[in-house]
Amino acid sequence: MARIVVITSGKGGVGKTTTSAALATGLAKAGHRTAVVDFDVGLRNLDLVMGCERRVVYDFVNVINQEATLNQALIKDKRVPGLCILAASQTRDKDALTDDGVARVLKELSEDNDFIVCDSPAGIERGALMAMYHADEAIVVTNPEVSSVRDSDRVLGILSSKSRRAEEGREPIRERLLLTRYAAERVAQGDMLSVEDVQEILGIELLGVVPESKAVLNASNAGIPVILEEDTDAGQAYQDAVARFLGEERPYRFLDVQKKGLFGRLFGS
Amino acid sequence: MMSLLSYFRSQRKNTARVAKERLQILVARERSQRDGPDYLPALQEELLQVIRKYVEVDNEAVQMHLDKDGDCEILELNITLPDQRHS
Repeated sequence: MARIVVITSGKGGVGKTTTSAALATGLAKAGHRTAVVDFDVGLRNLDLVMGCERRVVYDFVNVINQEATLNQALIKDKRVPGLCILAASQTRDKDALTDDGVARVLKELSEDNDFIVCDSPAGIERGALMAMYHADEAIVVTNPEVSSVRDSDRVLGILSSKSRRAEEGREPIRERLLLTRYAAERVAQGDMLSVEDVQEILGIELLGVVPESKAVLNASNAGIPVILEEDTDAGQAYQDAVARFLGEERPYRFLDVQKKGLFGRLFGS
Repeated sequence: MMSLLSYFRSQRKNTARVAKERLQILVARERSQRDGPDYLPALQEELLQVIRKYVEVDNEAVQMHLDKDGDCEILELNITLPDQRHS
């Protein structure tokens, strides 16, 4: 039985797909068989971030409609063994993800994997609700910015009331916060919400903090999950987050202002 | 000296603190609505319509607040009537 992890946020553009690619790659690198599924029907993008866009033949909806088998649709990652990708369909039919179809595909994936990472679309429409429904765990990706924090709280409400676990009266989804695009200098200047602020407002466990980093764009340009860029700050932050996800304790590396000036070194602590 | 300090302080406002305060108020309000029964917004709307049969009030006139006390749920209803009295 695989554990199903949804990467969600409500708001768009905060780093869900980047995080899905990084987490799935990190889990597979740690030796866990992992499938990452793009739920953004009509706006497929995970394949591009993972660098396998030219290998998509069949997609999620093809498998639901039984036009292809799951094995035909799954794309095996060429860099990391034990990692495969299920691309979203480019159909404009919003109802393509049927309840039964999604349940069946996740069940089948769950037989051969340890983790299923569900990359949720933005918003709280059908695709997002379907991605959240089956989850055992949720990673709420949030930027330290008012609209993202508000949307994250909204999504937390949905996770606790509209999930399968909630309906069946089981133990609730484990919800954890991943704060992305964090700029420690701006936090120090009082221009940006701090990790503590966001945690206090949302009231959930912290999984990681990813600094605002050029590495993220560079990696997506090249179709490489940023976690594989091991000498970059964002890559290392994702490695830490994956290790924490797997139960390891790791200190937070990117919460303090990196380069201290002469003044800071003379008078700082 | 003090005035100079406060001048710089007022120039450079701590916007993160403002953001946090706004979010705390907003999130608290949205959560209290979320946790309540689904019919609350409709109830609020209908109460407003009933009141308007008798007196003209604005949309903010009916405030509802749901509290939980153990097994007991308390619905607090606050209706603000206009200042002028017609007797």
